[in-house]
Amino acid sequence: MKHKGSNLLEKDGTRAVLASLISILIGLVVGAVIILIVGLSDPELGLSGAWDGIRLVFGGLFSTGRSASGTLTFGFNPTNVGNMLFRATPLILTGLSVAVAFKTGLFNIGAPGQYLMGTAATLMLALGIPSKSVPAGLIWIIAFLGGILAGAIWGCIPGLVKAFLNINEVLACIMTNWIAANLVTWMFDGSKYRNLVENTKSGYIYKTSFNGVQTPKLGLDKIFPNSQVNGGILVAILIAVLVYVLMSKTTLGYELKACGANRHAARYAGINDKRNIVLSMAIAGALSGAAASLYYLAGNTEFFWSTYQSLPATGFNGIPVALLAASNPIAVIFTGCFMSMLDIVGLQMTNLTAYNEYITDVIIAVIVYLSAFSLVIKMALGKWGKRKAAAEKETAPVVPPDTGAADGKGGDEG
Amino acid sequence: MTFLIQQTLLYAVPLMIVALAGVFAERSGIINLALEGIMIFGAFVGVLFVNLTQQAGTFDAAKAAGNWVALQGFMLLAMLVAALMGAVFSLLLSFASVNLKADQTIGGTALNLLAPALVLFLIRIIANQNILQMATGDSASWFMIKKSFFGYGRSDEMGFFGSTFIDKTYLATYICILLFVVLSILLYKTRFGLRLRSCGENPQAADSLGINVYKMRYAGTTISGALAGMGGFVYALTTANCASTGDVAGFGFLALAVMIFGNWKPLNIAGAALIFGLFKCIAASYASIDINGDGVFLLKEIGISPHFYRMLPYLITLIVLAFTSKKSRAPKAEGIPYDKGQR
Repeated sequence: MKHKGSNLLEKDGTRAVLASLISILIGLVVGAVIILIVGLSDPELGLSGAWDGIRLVFGGLFSTGRSASGTLTFGFNPTNVGNMLFRATPLILTGLSVAVAFKTGLFNIGAPGQYLMGTAATLMLALGIPSKSVPAGLIWIIAFLGGILAGAIWGCIPGLVKAFLNINEVLACIMTNWIAANLVTWMFDGSKYRNLVENTKSGYIYKTSFNGVQTPKLGLDKIFPNSQVNGGILVAILIAVLVYVLMSKTTLGYELKACGANRHAARYAGINDKRNIVLSMAIAGALSGAAASLYYLAGNTEFFWSTYQSLPATGFNGIPVALLAASNPIAVIFTGCFMSMLDIVGLQMTNLTAYNEYITDVIIAVIVYLSAFSLVIKMALGKWGKRKAAAEKETAPVVPPDTGAADGKGGDEG
Repeated sequence: MTFLIQQTLLYAVPLMIVALAGVFAERSGIINLALEGIMIFGAFVGVLFVNLTQQAGTFDAAKAAGNWVALQGFMLLAMLVAALMGAVFSLLLSFASVNLKADQTIGGTALNLLAPALVLFLIRIIANQNILQMATGDSASWFMIKKSFFGYGRSDEMGFFGSTFIDKTYLATYICILLFVVLSILLYKTRFGLRLRSCGENPQAADSLGINVYKMRYAGTTISGALAGMGGFVYALTTANCASTGDVAGFGFLALAVMIFGNWKPLNIAGAALIFGLFKCIAASYASIDINGDGVFLLKEIGISPHFYRMLPYLITLIVLAFTSKKSRAPKAEGIPYDKGQR
């Protein structure tokens, strides 16, 4: 029966998961090595400082701070887990955004711009509609849908120029990102939405809770006390399931994937490739817009409006989320949580050690780098699996010789 | 007018040299989306080199004595270091895309994520803040060419040519222009250039003639990395007061757009870079541009929001690409990993 275990390696899904896990592990190890090198070259940090940093990289989620004697303590920390789920909410959605575009053969690096446009629309609607005359629940829904719509429109632009003018979508996305960053700053500059009440915070927009609009907690704050978690994570998971159904069970999803596999063949088969490219980018944009909506409708998050010099990291981090998940919508839920866990790790690093949160960005970059050749890792795993299977066949002649080959073929298609 | 030309050149020259960096990579068949990341890394390395050398006091005597030749040498050294480390950094891209046949777009994106993360991580540890600056003084007092170097007094006139192209300029700008010309000739008039270009058009044919495609692609990306790293430092030196913040404001991507707009040809790229430099210059200093010298700041008087001017370079890029993309002709084999067995 050992035979079955080694055949698992020939399955595409297993190999994809393994390749992602290997990428994650190497990413974390590289992060640890950098921490060690920096620690050893800085006398203030030293080996013990580096050891603290390395332990936080691997177990930051379970960190409970420092004890009275100054050593790091670890244990289940519901606040950290709750915050992880809260930060995972937008990451899952931007991850889905990148994943949907990937399935259609497009690289949606425009998620930050779509996210910004979603932010602007959501905040303007949530703060602009007076909650005296309109119930807060209705404002929440309008603002959420507004954010989605704004993201979809912004996603359409690279889709349109790609489909009709044959401009590389990567370049178009990058340009729309910077246009969005300037446009959003322009829209908020001098507007009534700027937070002028709390003068300790300059440059921020009001929290949506100023207008009484915020995502219901749905009891999650009881499970994870002191954390920012709210019902948004459930909405994000629901959307992930919907995207899975759309991509795998509907005609539209099939057409989108056909365009991604081979645009010309799809057109030959009677699929309108241009329409599908625009549609795919619109869906991707809508998902990024939804990410921003859920994040800023939480009621306890603030938007720094003078953003023309920087793009939101949440948008870019959708790329590793989608890559690690091999563009599978359900897997995106888990990789989104993993990425937000790294965020928490970064916070713990800044709070508890002399290191800073950027080390987690380095880890993320290494993971993206490795996923660029995940195909190579997958192929190596496949070869290794086959060799193992062949070796076992030799030692166990009871197994009919053709079973392994047949299973292998089935695995490749799945 | 003098101000406008000088400012435009400051922005156009890094754009030009980084766009040429893109050309070297793409003509050899590798899409170098990592230009932005390499620029960030190069800027950091150059600034760090300047900072550390200043702390060591190597050039203090020269600075005190006003020995500007030595200081220019110091700057050239920093440019060289930035170029070297840019080349080393780009090896990550060539290794992934040549040896491992990885997806070049994702590999480039990874480098774009890695560079700011690594740079900010290190800057925070070195400087305890999010910006790394020169240890003493500013880039103008250390590296800028002034008319006093040539024996002119404070109130002496140098004439239009002198005051535009010599006074208050950086030697780095002219080195970049010179390099641009030399490397363009290398790409078009030498055997090496022809071989490099053939690898981006038809690597199978090149291989059949005994050209090592892998080596050529490594060469293309490495030259690309060196130029982008140097361009990043020049950008930081001339427009950001020799400071590194883990950010070059999308300049690397703008260079990519310049490259595509310039149709992968050096002369067109130089023209495109000047146009984009002009828009970047307007965005950065629209309030102090006095076109005909009558003391009226026209662009400020019109009363258009500064946000619009800042948006302009990106908006124009998109519009210009929309009009020119049908005619553009990218190297045929770019982005496709070379596989010896393939026909």
